[in-house]
Amino acid sequence: MVLYGVAALALCMLVGMIIGDLIGVAVGVDANVGGVGFAMIMLVLATAWLRKKGLFPKSTEQGVLFWSALYIPIVIAMASTQNVAEALDGGPMAILAGLTALACGAALVPALSRIGGRAEPLPPMTDEEKMEA
Amino acid sequence: MELVADVLERNGLLFAFVIVGALMMVSGWLSKTLTRGRLQGSAIAIMLGLVLAYIGGVQTGGEAGLADIAIFSGLGLMGGAMLRDFAIVATAYGVDLQEIKKAGLAGGLSLILGVFVSFVAGALVAAAFGYTDPESMATVGAGAATYIVGPVTGTAVGASSEVIALSVAAGLVKSVVVMVGTPMIASVIGLNNPKSAMAYGGLMGTTSGVAGGLAATDKRLVPYGAMTATFYTGLGCLLGPSVFYFALRFLFGA
Repeated sequence: MVLYGVAALALCMLVGMIIGDLIGVAVGVDANVGGVGFAMIMLVLATAWLRKKGLFPKSTEQGVLFWSALYIPIVIAMASTQNVAEALDGGPMAILAGLTALACGAALVPALSRIGGRAEPLPPMTDEEKMEA
Repeated sequence: MELVADVLERNGLLFAFVIVGALMMVSGWLSKTLTRGRLQGSAIAIMLGLVLAYIGGVQTGGEAGLADIAIFSGLGLMGGAMLRDFAIVATAYGVDLQEIKKAGLAGGLSLILGVFVSFVAGALVAAAFGYTDPESMATVGAGAATYIVGPVTGTAVGASSEVIALSVAAGLVKSVVVMVGTPMIASVIGLNNPKSAMAYGGLMGTTSGVAGGLAATDKRLVPYGAMTATFYTGLGCLLGPSVFYFALRFLFGA
């Protein structure tokens, strides 16, 4: 059933968020620490295990894949609700601080990617994947 | 007319689906005709979304971009943190945990370096603009990490509300430029595999920025970038008001 997939996804996310909040409380920070990350790892482990036991049929999978496919539209909606006006209102200092942080961080990506051997680029997207995106 | 607006308002989420669908269609067409597919449709759609957010913000003076206009309020639900994180987690389905393990060290290092580099960059910019007291430097530095770390740090160290507002603005700018800039710099910095995506997520840290930027670059990289970015704000809130502030006080305090 499709809903089983959605429910499994929601359960993973809720448990991940609770873990993230608990870690936040434990280290004395008013923020969720890694909730989404824990949820993702749980989803990967749980679904791999269920699939092996044959308890995660195609229809259940659809419930997860649907939300994965909605990711880009959701991000576009997110972009349209950002506080862009205030960002630009901050003036040159805010803009420069944000840009510098991006530039310095981006410059470090090639160095960090070299740790532990070079990684191969992903294969080009197939036409089918492009259609989904 | 009023009746139509009323229906759209009452069914805000559905109207949001229609708007985003239309936005994607226009963007796909622009991508094909104007850039011959070189700039992905999703990248254009995100940029259009940001432009609309700016217009909405200027129109209403609110904080939620286009969603502050009543009939577009459904965009706030569709693009809010709950559904965004839900969809991000869903993208992890089918991810190879082996890839994450392989990139674990690079990902962890990227987080520490990312928070540190943003703090220093922000603090230096603050100093260059004449905010040389440790409280202001720490707060703007924290804002350059993310727009959540900024006010958390500013409140903890007792920075002025003007500086806290600037730190939020710095974080918002970073999030917006990461969304728009990622597809443009992706090929320069080798952002085409899971490992560099994990490093990128940790170095940038802004969940919305990374989520948007990687979506516009290659959707398959999203789970890897989001995986590390999700730890960033917490780490920033931990280090900002403590280690980082004390280091600044030690270096620049009277």
